[in-house]
Amino acid sequence: MPLTHWFTRATPQAGAVGVMSLAVPPEQWKAVAQDFAAAGGRLLALWASADEGGTPAIRGAYLAEPGALLLSMPITRPEALYPGLGDVFPAAVRMQRAIADLTGLRSTDPDVRPWLRHASWPQSYRPLIDAPQGAPTLRATSDDYPFVRVEGDGVHEIAVGPVHAGIIEPGHFRFSVVGEKVLRLEERLAYVHKGIEQRFTQLPILDAHRLAARVSGDSAVAFSWAYCQALEGMAEVEIPPRAAWLRALYLELERVANHLGDLGALGNDAGFAFGLMQFSRLKEALLRVTHEALGERYLMDAIVPGGTRLDLTPTGLPSLCRCLGQIADEARRLRVIYDEHAGVRDRFSGAGVVAPELANRLGLTGLAGRASGQAFDLRCDLPCEPYTQISVQKIVRTDGDVAARVAIRFDELQESCRLIQHILALLPVGAHRTQVLTPAAGTIGAGLIEGWRGPVWVALEAGPGGAIRRCHPHDPSWQNWPVLEHAIIGNIVPDFPLINKSFNLSYSGHDL
Amino acid sequence: MLKTLRQIARVGIVSEPPPPSDEDMRIREGLQQDIRTVLGRALCIRHIDAGSCNGCELEIHALNNPLYNLEGLGIRLVASPRHADLLLVTGPVSRHMEVALKRTYEATPDPKLVVALGDCGCTGGIFGESYASCGRVSNVIPVDVAVPGCPPSPRRILAGILTALSSASASRPARGGRR
Repeated sequence: MPLTHWFTRATPQAGAVGVMSLAVPPEQWKAVAQDFAAAGGRLLALWASADEGGTPAIRGAYLAEPGALLLSMPITRPEALYPGLGDVFPAAVRMQRAIADLTGLRSTDPDVRPWLRHASWPQSYRPLIDAPQGAPTLRATSDDYPFVRVEGDGVHEIAVGPVHAGIIEPGHFRFSVVGEKVLRLEERLAYVHKGIEQRFTQLPILDAHRLAARVSGDSAVAFSWAYCQALEGMAEVEIPPRAAWLRALYLELERVANHLGDLGALGNDAGFAFGLMQFSRLKEALLRVTHEALGERYLMDAIVPGGTRLDLTPTGLPSLCRCLGQIADEARRLRVIYDEHAGVRDRFSGAGVVAPELANRLGLTGLAGRASGQAFDLRCDLPCEPYTQISVQKIVRTDGDVAARVAIRFDELQESCRLIQHILALLPVGAHRTQVLTPAAGTIGAGLIEGWRGPVWVALEAGPGGAIRRCHPHDPSWQNWPVLEHAIIGNIVPDFPLINKSFNLSYSGHDL
Repeated sequence: MLKTLRQIARVGIVSEPPPPSDEDMRIREGLQQDIRTVLGRALCIRHIDAGSCNGCELEIHALNNPLYNLEGLGIRLVASPRHADLLLVTGPVSRHMEVALKRTYEATPDPKLVVALGDCGCTGGIFGESYASCGRVSNVIPVDVAVPGCPPSPRRILAGILTALSSASASRPARGGRR
């Protein structure tokens, strides 16, 4: 069926622009997914919640040409299996395994291994259904995770992590190799699972943007904006124009900071330490000017319900303008040096290829998706204020290798520097914060923001008395981690750090 | 190559002097006297993310940029606890990282120092203690110095490391300054 069939039956959803919502019975759950897949749509997120009466529900969000659709499927018999979507959207598999770990609801898909749960709490404890408990009351169980074995002449395994050699987050990688060539990589994540979704239910809804900002520290602006967007939609609050423009300023500053960090680290991983020194110097300059202009180096609590906590200092505007201009110039100069460096070019080109066809099938999203021909950017496709008034140039490549992901970063860096100058020139005057009242119990809000890594989704549901019934923050890393397993196939082990860095996926944002 | 050299010459040396140590961050005065005597300031640090949101890691990375120039002070971030004198631990300790953190601590040769980083490392932060989180770092391994902040700035992190490295008794004014 065409997607209009579903969209015409759906009702507008509070929160993010262009999101509709629809409840479907289990018989239609898979049909909707298939229709979205057939129409070139993508799976945004999949999570479990409960409707007002306490009936469990599986929710999913899809993105396609007409907009986003938030689907709900009530589960009347929790012990029965609900239809799995793994054969339609491969990224659904891990999300369904996570749902099983947190709520006990299971899908019909064959992979029933735990995903978020290791040995630290028993299977009988369901963190999102049972009452919150302190750590010591739960007994750990034994942990023997069945990795998929590759067998054959000369095949051996290399186990890496959870504690890695660099300054990075923990996770476990199991390589099956012949000599140096990687035949298969299997990831095991959730080492930094710290119970974020349960924690949300213990915080007041007007205060939990602070937790949203700490889902993934490098995407604090994207997550706190998405959270506030959902909340403001539920409370029917319109934020002042200046607040929306300041939020876009923060988001682009976050994008520039992360791209500068990655471009330096990628140079370093290709054996070109000069690149790390140069780009880390530029990043430091950006963080210092952010501190001068807004009072903080990292904008962890800059976005609050109703607007922003921070406004520009009097000297902030000209300093930001000057600094961003200098960064753009220097980055242009450094790009020539990267491009002309034979060693760097040799390491970047052809490493970790994800062809557009595979990217489409696996649902590669965000920055990495755009490097593999997946031409989606919410700032262009479903723009919220102020992106409706500033035209963002969408940057897409089709090579799908490390070089393409580097090139996307270089181009987006220039584009974001331009956008920031543009935002600063057009920044409306007036208040930057308005009051938000507690939304009514049972209301649901959606937040959807294009973070530097990709689309960040927040689904927020209000409980009674200003509490949160359920909040699901979703990082695009959920979609992209499984694709990394494909990107490394046929490459050599020493190229893994470089390929991994070129995706730079979040552990914390995924592990929750 | 010429462009690379020209860029290096254009930028010049941008490194800044380090901050002083800060006794407010010290939470334990233990057996580290010998480590300071032996090492002076040549220190190897192993970083462990025990459950952080990745915010603190961004500022640890910054320590290696040319402005803070950590290596210029004789301090290196190393790849294995076997090489380390000091563990720099971030995050509330997730229950899934509890064993890995203890093992890393045990793998670090004595005498060793531990610096807990960030509001989460100091108190458990916004994540607190739960079925999945053990809370502060000192709930799992002994901590010498705790650096609050969300995330703490590179200068604060550096001050924390230098505090761990300096002797509490030596930096008290009544007993004279540090050598």
